[in-house]
Amino acid sequence: MTALEAMPLWLALPVAALLVVGSTLAFLGALGLVRLTSFYERIHAPTLGTSWGAAAILLASLLSYSWLQDRVILHEIVIGVFVMITTPVTLMVLGAAALKRDREEGDATVPPREAASGHEPDHVETQ
Amino acid sequence: MTAFTVLIWATTYAQGALALAGFLALIRILIGPRAQDRVLAVDAFYIIAMLLFIVTGIKFGTPFFFEAALVIGICGFVGTVALAKFLLRGEVIE
Repeated sequence: MTALEAMPLWLALPVAALLVVGSTLAFLGALGLVRLTSFYERIHAPTLGTSWGAAAILLASLLSYSWLQDRVILHEIVIGVFVMITTPVTLMVLGAAALKRDREEGDATVPPREAASGHEPDHVETQ
Repeated sequence: MTAFTVLIWATTYAQGALALAGFLALIRILIGPRAQDRVLAVDAFYIIAMLLFIVTGIKFGTPFFFEAALVIGICGFVGTVALAKFLLRGEVIE
């Protein structure tokens, strides 16, 4: 923990602000995950943590390590880009899976298959 | 209020908030009610664990947590997509 002691205030303030903002967003996302009532509402909540939550914390890490090692460190951008690319992929597959499962059970709250366009992912069951 | 105090408070707050967020995601994993809710909560949980590792890395000033966070990110993505694929098709590799 001694490494942080020499950090100047002009750098410590943005790092601290980014950490607070990022962790608060991640917490609000998790709170939404518990509080929202249906799956299709809940699927939006964790994206708070994966968009600006992750970005702010990774930016804080980038600033802190760049100062600590006296050179520009861009490792964190790898994680940031990876998270931003993979989250939509994951959630789209998961949403398609949930929609298919709900339709198969005849859930009245989801739109029926006839009303949807032909590009819906559940046409795979005919393949 | 020195810079060091600001940083210690910010990292401690971030660790606390992320730990609480992980706890909330864990609640959603436990109460479900359906499989897709649990998979979604696992997805949120690994992201939160990854962020917690990065914050801990900032706090202790070591670069070793970064690699752990990278591995968590990659394994978490593969795991969640495999689980979602299983829910969609009933099998992972066809």
